[in-house]
Amino acid sequence: MSEKFRSHFRWVALAAILLVPVVAAMAQGSAPIKIEDVAVAASNAQNAGDTAWMLVCTALVLLMTPGLALFYGGMVRRKNVLGTMMQSVMAMAVISIQWVLIGYSLAFGPSIGGVIGSLKFAGLSGVGIAPNPDYAATIPHLVFMAFQMMFAIITPALIFGSVAERMKFKAFMIFLILWAFMVYDPLAHWVWGVGGWLRTMGALDFAGGLVVHISAGVTALVAALMIGKRRGYPDEPMPPHSLPLTVLGAGLLWFGWFGFNAGSALAANGLAAYAFVNTNTAAAAATLAWVLIEWMHHGKPTVLGAASGAVAGLVAITPAAGFVLPWAAIVIGIAAGGVCYGAVNLRYKLGYDDSLDAFGVHGVGGMLGALLTGVFATKLVNAAGADGLFYGNPIQLWIQLKSVLISVVFCAIASFVLLKITAAVTGGLRLGKLDELEGLDVAEHGENGYNMGDIPLGHGGTAAVSHPSPAPVAAVKAEA
Amino acid sequence: MVKIEAIIRDVMVDTVKDELNRIGIAGMTAYEVRGFGHQKGKTTTYRGAEYTADFLNKIKIELVVSDEDAERVVEAIMTTARTGNIGDGKIFVYPISQCIRIRTGESGKTAI
Repeated sequence: MSEKFRSHFRWVALAAILLVPVVAAMAQGSAPIKIEDVAVAASNAQNAGDTAWMLVCTALVLLMTPGLALFYGGMVRRKNVLGTMMQSVMAMAVISIQWVLIGYSLAFGPSIGGVIGSLKFAGLSGVGIAPNPDYAATIPHLVFMAFQMMFAIITPALIFGSVAERMKFKAFMIFLILWAFMVYDPLAHWVWGVGGWLRTMGALDFAGGLVVHISAGVTALVAALMIGKRRGYPDEPMPPHSLPLTVLGAGLLWFGWFGFNAGSALAANGLAAYAFVNTNTAAAAATLAWVLIEWMHHGKPTVLGAASGAVAGLVAITPAAGFVLPWAAIVIGIAAGGVCYGAVNLRYKLGYDDSLDAFGVHGVGGMLGALLTGVFATKLVNAAGADGLFYGNPIQLWIQLKSVLISVVFCAIASFVLLKITAAVTGGLRLGKLDELEGLDVAEHGENGYNMGDIPLGHGGTAAVSHPSPAPVAAVKAEA
Repeated sequence: MVKIEAIIRDVMVDTVKDELNRIGIAGMTAYEVRGFGHQKGKTTTYRGAEYTADFLNKIKIELVVSDEDAERVVEAIMTTARTGNIGDGKIFVYPISQCIRIRTGESGKTAI
């Protein structure tokens, strides 16, 4: 073949190859696009967007629990940092299993008398890829379950801030499990479950003012009163051992809270956008309020105050995030900053040791937020909600007040009973005197949080010897 | 030989060290310590609770010098560490029975 032909041949061959699919497509004839196919395609896109968003939110909310570990861990004394963080980590481990085995079903299963869910979803039976249209029609049921699980995890972790530095680990574990079954799962059902009686009553709780913050806060107060004050409180100074950890934790909480509140819209939509903006706005307003008040009251603005203010604002906006306009979020934030600041200062005057202000911030903030939801809610933001007092409807505020009182009374009584049971099983909720002085880390976990010195601590580095409780003879044999 | 221990304000340690170097004193040891004498503690506030720390941060420097140098070392410390306010610190002087350099095994005044 000639040179000219060969070079031209390449281009002809290439063109022919490219044309084949075009010709083939044209040969199929032009089928008309059906409107149903467009609808399915559009709803698939919506499902994908909602599902992606909700998976991310689920992860964001989980991140709040390690964030809480840092927030609380930085505020306790060095000797208790690990014991405090262990409580958050174990909440993640224990509740994750409890939820998938039974907890989810008790909270969100078909309602039995409006009081508790059935065991239909136990072991995630029937919880799969298909949506559960009762709750979220555009995301897999599994995703909704997982999202709710992260709330079930962080709520009990919040409680133990009030009894920091003095609770037995065994007592913590037993109480955690009992509380999940007897308080969180029922309350979540009442407020969020289809058929739940507080939901039916009309209570508005977008992301957990009642279910998370009031329940944890009230339980925290009861626990603090029952366990008693830390040794040395209030005369001995017990300043936070690492406020950088606390600030880092507060930042992670603020970040994760976007998943907590905006994710409670259960879709990637305008409602989530409102909740997102409200969350940030309330946090910021509350931070400013707390810092300014503290500055005037004590003369210096503190970073612990800023972090606490932010959390108070986030707590208060939680029930309201998907029901109010952003200007109301500013009001709610300022109120939370001021009222929670007062509550925290009141603790010293009243003399009880809510060590990390779980009640002062979460309990009080949650109650305030739930009530203000009844004031500022508007159907302009969420047609599935209601109008509040500000919009001419005083009934909603009354419903909110009832739901708050019911939650408070239920949680107070239930946690009192559960703590009594736990104390009976473990022989006391509290560490012994010497253990409390040595600190949780050494006494309960055999660990030191910080081994930063250069002086050699001792010797070892061999495999740990097991320490069975009975006769010394057995121990000698093990070491031999 | 004497050991001179000076408990001084933590912010003064660089000034004192520079002056001691200037007058020809080669070595010293510094510790971070906490203590108080007549000085009242500092007040800090955490979430509405006020704490007064009794023990304040100080620096203790120790140096071993010959008997002849002792007086001018004390003088140097006095002039640089003094602010005139309560909390300036104290100097203690101890007799030393032996001083040994680990590297060479020298002892006595040559080991200082």
